[in-house]
Amino acid sequence: MQWDVVWNNFDYFLWGAFPNGPLGGLAVSIILAVLGIFGAFWIGLAAGLMRLSRNILVKSISVVYIEVIRGVPLLMLIFWFYFLAPVLLGKPLPEFHCALVAFIVFTGAYIGEIVKAGVIALPRGQMEAARGTGLSHVQAMRYIILPQALRNMIPSFVNQFVSLTKDTSLAYIIGVNELTRTATQVNNRTLSAPTEIFITIAVLYFIVCYVLTHFSRKMEAHLAKYQARDR
Amino acid sequence: MNYQFDWHLVLSGQYGQWILDGVKVTLQISAVSIVFTLLLGTIIAVMRMSKFKPFEWFSFAFVEFFRNTPLLIQIFFWYFGSYSILPDGVNEWLYDHDFEFAAGVISLTVYTAAFVAEEIRAGINSIPKNQLEASRATGLSFLQAYRYVILPQAFRIIIPPLISQSLNLIKNSSLVMTIGVMDLTYMARQIESYTFHGFESFTVATLIYLCISLVVSFAINMYNKHFLLQIKY
Repeated sequence: MQWDVVWNNFDYFLWGAFPNGPLGGLAVSIILAVLGIFGAFWIGLAAGLMRLSRNILVKSISVVYIEVIRGVPLLMLIFWFYFLAPVLLGKPLPEFHCALVAFIVFTGAYIGEIVKAGVIALPRGQMEAARGTGLSHVQAMRYIILPQALRNMIPSFVNQFVSLTKDTSLAYIIGVNELTRTATQVNNRTLSAPTEIFITIAVLYFIVCYVLTHFSRKMEAHLAKYQARDR
Repeated sequence: MNYQFDWHLVLSGQYGQWILDGVKVTLQISAVSIVFTLLLGTIIAVMRMSKFKPFEWFSFAFVEFFRNTPLLIQIFFWYFGSYSILPDGVNEWLYDHDFEFAAGVISLTVYTAAFVAEEIRAGINSIPKNQLEASRATGLSFLQAYRYVILPQAFRIIIPPLISQSLNLIKNSSLVMTIGVMDLTYMARQIESYTFHGFESFTVATLIYLCISLVVSFAINMYNKHFLLQIKY
């Protein structure tokens, strides 16, 4: 076992060549995941609300989006944006942006499904009472339904963030310099300690994801006490 | 936008054949991995529920570790890093055979088994506890009780989540292209680099994945409609 290869490159795993070069490694993975979940939240919120709409056209757009994206491997989606951006825009998009857009579109579909389920899980009476007090449908959604539903969905969002953090490793394939790529770079450079390198990388991902998973379970138990549910 | 579409190129001749070969490899590696995943997942789930502490700890650590690390890293680990961990005899056998395929199967199996184990555990937990007590009281051993009483009932409930995990596995199998398994994604990529017609090749591959997914989720819905409603405790 040659753990010195890992220790010598440990700061490279964490933040790449920064500050002498571009940021890389775990830092980029986390930035991708955070920006991705932020974008996906708004897309997902829109998709989830459209999914619940009574307008058949609006609803179908959302159903098609959610079903198609959930039926396709993320890797395919990344390739789509990577090879399509030059065709559509006429110039290649930076890899980081391609990956980010793919993550947002992909995770947005899953969040759309979570939002839909979260709104449906609220008691029907909430909407009826809100409408009864004279609020419009949009107002009732905005002030009564969503604040409650989104609060209940926080654990699901955290779980989605965990799986997005793991999924950022796929950005490696189009050349984004995130944690997985730094690992393969060090592995190709040293060629002597693949076992040690990949165990270290796995542990780094594990620490980030497990802490979040643990946190989300705690929160789930905590929120369950205050939940309004249709039972 | 001056991009000439050429669907004929991708759908026929040599490149069409590549797509078909890719589909075959994707289905093969998925099928083999699904079978192993079910076996490993069941073992881990039953270990998790056993009263013997080391078993319980082992399966807890297994599930948490493999669920919280990216599949891609696991694939790289089994492909590049497993030789210093596995015994020499196993390594030699793997190198003589299709090592890429084997590494792909191992990583997909271990990764998905961590998820499947949790589904199976949830299914077993949903069987009333007195079922186990009653079957133990009739003289069955712990293993016999699981084999003949608990698991057959639990599996009926967990078939839908298991199928959807299998679907995830099929989609995740696209990652094995990174270690050179010539699956559907690999072939789409290959056609892109030979012909620069990435749009067509990725569209075809995407539609194939989509068809597989839609068929599978249709099957789950049918199953739910016809069987699951009858189960009541």
